[in-house]
Amino acid sequence: MNFDNKEFKELLESIRYVYGYDFTDYAEASVKRRVNQFMTNRKITEFEKLGKILLQDEKIFEEFVQEVSVTVTEMFRDPTFYKSLRENVLKRLATYPFIKVWIAGCATGEEIYSIAILLHEEGLLNRSVIYATDINQKSLQIARDAVYPLEYMKNYTANYQKAGGTRAFSEYYKAKYNSVMFDRSLKQNIVFSPHNLAVDNSFNEFQLVICRNVLIYFNQQLQNKVISLFYESLCPFGFLGLGSKESLLFCDKKKNFEEIDRKEKIFMKSK
Amino acid sequence: MLKKAQQYKAIVIGTSAGGLFVLFDLLKQLPADYPIPIIIVQHRAKDQRDLLEEILQSRCRICIRQAEEKENISAGNVYIAPPDYHLLIENDYTLSLSDDAHVRYSRPSIDVLFESAAFAYGPALIGIILTGANSDGAAGLATIKKEGGVTIAQDPKEAAFPMMPEAAIKKGVDYIWTIEKISTFLLEQADTK
Repeated sequence: MNFDNKEFKELLESIRYVYGYDFTDYAEASVKRRVNQFMTNRKITEFEKLGKILLQDEKIFEEFVQEVSVTVTEMFRDPTFYKSLRENVLKRLATYPFIKVWIAGCATGEEIYSIAILLHEEGLLNRSVIYATDINQKSLQIARDAVYPLEYMKNYTANYQKAGGTRAFSEYYKAKYNSVMFDRSLKQNIVFSPHNLAVDNSFNEFQLVICRNVLIYFNQQLQNKVISLFYESLCPFGFLGLGSKESLLFCDKKKNFEEIDRKEKIFMKSK
Repeated sequence: MLKKAQQYKAIVIGTSAGGLFVLFDLLKQLPADYPIPIIIVQHRAKDQRDLLEEILQSRCRICIRQAEEKENISAGNVYIAPPDYHLLIENDYTLSLSDDAHVRYSRPSIDVLFESAAFAYGPALIGIILTGANSDGAAGLATIKKEGGVTIAQDPKEAAFPMMPEAAIKKGVDYIWTIEKISTFLLEQADTK
């Protein structure tokens, strides 16, 4: 590592002070790894120099944020989660005249279109609005474009089928050269917006909040804060879906949620 | 010269193809109260239910568990990285998971575990690379060495897949040992405590 703990913490504090981006409550090991990678990629050898560049050059700082906050995912990742969502959650959402879904930390959009496909197949997409948010603007743009490499489709198709999908997955996209573009109809009710879970507040009330593999990057304190934010953002008996290795174990709001599917980490706001 | 046993706070092990059998050999002899926690990345396929922890536990006295998010690392436990996530060690000796991009086609990646462990434990760390058919772990083991930890590679001559220990050895390790010798060394750490 090109830096010690103290100077690392000082840099995060300065970034928070200058730009309002708060990485101080992120799980450190991952952030350090990414900062280290950023330095290697830019051939910056001294940590002091990194600090100077980031605090003086807004443009490089923007690139820094993109690289440090980037996440990768796939469509229907953990197919059993989506299967459970279909069977245990969407049936109940169907009773609402109007459905609002928040996908927090939507990254490059693979999760959004997976959910949109589920809603479509349950006949709910027309009366749903999906709010897709991420801290990373570059990722959001990719999510908006809905263009993905053709080579991934084999894996995504297999995931879709394991998630209980019965149609031809290729119905949902058009292939051109080495890319595919997902169908416009899936995008009709998606609102894309930047949102920073570490500092921003609740902005609406939802029947379903999905936030998968985002909390693992936060320390316990921030995890707790974000779960409270989700609690406030859910309607009574609204649903929360987390990543397969995440839990409410250490959160103050733990007692306010009921487990709908223990293994798939799907919860319902019960009080 | 080996350092005093008390100095070791953790052991990290990385292995890939052929790893299950050598892990058996290393872990089955350890007492339930083995004084140094062990953290392992064994490359494994995602999705399929592979029962790695259960199979290992069936022949071991020491507690074998799949690593959980934000869990405290404590003695008497062997923590195994879950499929499809990287496993990292924080400075306060807790475990973190990440779904960052694959490193050397692997998630979990041995390099990711070893590097974070090297920064958390410094010289109080033992790093071991066993059989495997790729070069994941070589860079991580070099980092452990650089931070003052002890580095061991399985003797490629006896490894089912020699490529992984060979890649580590090329970057420089402290010891090239057979599984038998590594076993003895691990047990010695318990005796001298």
